[in-house]
Amino acid sequence: MTDTIKNDVLLELKDYSITFKTPDGDVKAVSGMNLTVKRGERIAIVGESGSGKSQTFLGLMGLLAKNGQTSGQALLEGRDVLALKPRELDKVRGKDMAMVFQDPMTALNPSLKISRQLTEQLEIHRGFTARAASVEALDMLKRVGIPDPTRRFNLYPHELSGGMRQRIVIAMALLTKPKLLIADEPTTALDVTIQAQILDLFNDLTAEMNTALLMITHDLGVVAGLADRVAVMYAGRIVEEAPVDELYENPAHPYTAALHAAIPRPDQDVDELVVIPGRPPNLQHLPKGCNFSPRCPKAEDDCIDGPPQLETVAPQHCAACFHPFPRLEELLTHA
Amino acid sequence: MPNQQTLDQTLSAPTLLKVENLTTQFEIQAKSFFKKPTMLTAVNDVSFELKEGRTLGIVGESGCGKSTLGRSILQLIRAQKGRVVWQGKNLLDLSPEQIRMARRDMQIIFQDPIASLDPRMTVGDIIAEPLTVFEPKLNRAQRTERVREIMNAVGLVPEMINRYPHEFSGGQAQRIGIARAVITRPKLIVCDEPVSALDVSIQGQVITLLRKLRKEFGLILIFISHDLSVVRLISDDVLVLYLGRIVEAGDCATVFNHPAHPYTQALFSAAPIPDPKLARQRSRIRLQGDPPSPMNPPPGCPFQPRCWKATDICRTKMPVTELVRPGQSAACYHMDRPPEA
Repeated sequence: MTDTIKNDVLLELKDYSITFKTPDGDVKAVSGMNLTVKRGERIAIVGESGSGKSQTFLGLMGLLAKNGQTSGQALLEGRDVLALKPRELDKVRGKDMAMVFQDPMTALNPSLKISRQLTEQLEIHRGFTARAASVEALDMLKRVGIPDPTRRFNLYPHELSGGMRQRIVIAMALLTKPKLLIADEPTTALDVTIQAQILDLFNDLTAEMNTALLMITHDLGVVAGLADRVAVMYAGRIVEEAPVDELYENPAHPYTAALHAAIPRPDQDVDELVVIPGRPPNLQHLPKGCNFSPRCPKAEDDCIDGPPQLETVAPQHCAACFHPFPRLEELLTHA
Repeated sequence: MPNQQTLDQTLSAPTLLKVENLTTQFEIQAKSFFKKPTMLTAVNDVSFELKEGRTLGIVGESGCGKSTLGRSILQLIRAQKGRVVWQGKNLLDLSPEQIRMARRDMQIIFQDPIASLDPRMTVGDIIAEPLTVFEPKLNRAQRTERVREIMNAVGLVPEMINRYPHEFSGGQAQRIGIARAVITRPKLIVCDEPVSALDVSIQGQVITLLRKLRKEFGLILIFISHDLSVVRLISDDVLVLYLGRIVEAGDCATVFNHPAHPYTQALFSAAPIPDPKLARQRSRIRLQGDPPSPMNPPPGCPFQPRCWKATDICRTKMPVTELVRPGQSAACYHMDRPPEA
């Protein structure tokens, strides 16, 4: 890698928004998002369905539905991806940034052999000959832990198990040595033991290749051992962002705290789950002020005054809340 | 270890459901007309007892037969061998009409809340349908009254009685499914992955509701899930299935704290823990490969091809189920046994 770039920022989202035009009016799926991803960094984007976590990155890849419109900036190594022409985007997509989807069956072409699906991008993006591409692709199959890769190379997707298919999709995404890998719920469709295998794989390969990883998930448990940093989304906004240990130990936003407390533990006996009342808001009829205020145990009168902005609550830790939880140390010093 | 008092209560409580050597097979059509169809054994020689007031969790990965087991108990799928003794009667001996009447006491909640509701029926009609079957003498007003009452109990606003399923969110739709299941006041409900399709915040609401109803209606729940954390939260007893067989069973606290079977250990160590420091520190058992296909089960112990403890005997002979400690049994030649007292 050329180290002439002093700046180690890979991706910068600036005031990034996504709006869908619908017959019932505009729906803002993502609002004013700011996010910085450094090279080789692993960031988890956590949120429930409808929080905008998937749309954010579909928009980045130019894969929004036809009625979707992005605004703001998404700078990949200083170049605004959102402003690229389709032709130019084709050169970046799949090469500099690649994506792994939730369902490995629909992400693969059922009528093409594994071999063809893997070699295609090497030939297109990296100008490999067919023979060289085969060698490289086979090597990648070994690295993602496909047993008996030579035989599986010539199979069709339906002949493989779900876990194996997801390994193929990951191999596909990593073949072009992307700088940024976006994984959208990559283990949600898989069994627990297979999920553990795939998470290990992400861990090893992204470290090895210095690939930045954006892991989109609804599960705070899955990313605990993998992510460096976590951003929590609610109703189209980042409500909290912090290094992983900090976020789990000192959640400042009541939504993060509740989400964390709402997960049952496999390793502990829990008597009562914390229940978050209500449900996420309809993006067409957002509540006044803070989006979480109707469900929030700490909501006060001022919460409906306007959406709170992300503010620093501790080093590298910001939250968008008028009444954030105090840090553990603060509580102790006051006591 | 479970405390002695609850253990004694467990042992003395009456058995309501007894499953003995239950085996469910499916015939798989051969690809050629001239070949015999092959048999797929989805549930293999499963035996367990369910005592009054207990909730049983069934865990395992996809294809392990957990849903088939749940449905075989309710006779939604007819088992080939074994007995399902419910209130003293073997359900496998009953006629279809007798089973239909027995279903008043046994209901099911499905995974996909929207798909399990008829899109062209109103919520009121969906919830009332079991009543029209089992309590046909009720008049319309009485039926509506019962529906409203149950809607209240599951946290639905009774004013929504004339709405259609598509107007509801996933969490609300699952409440409708639960209302339909409990309206006949059943004694047993099989919950087949009832919260897997729901968001975390909604999942907590539904689990809390199930726990509340269990207490109010004195329900026995059979809770099928791939999610160990959810099973630990709601169950008293747990069965771990692998390739149609029970590999480990016992009281939840004991099994979770001292898993004896290597598969249970691997399964538990793969479950994500929402604590970054713990998640990084703990040593994980990394299982290789995928579960084998039930079409082509390995010889001996079903787990042996992926097991790090497997020896020659595992590859030839299926281990029998043994007691590990009070309240826990497992089927493995090399299980972790408690230290000699």
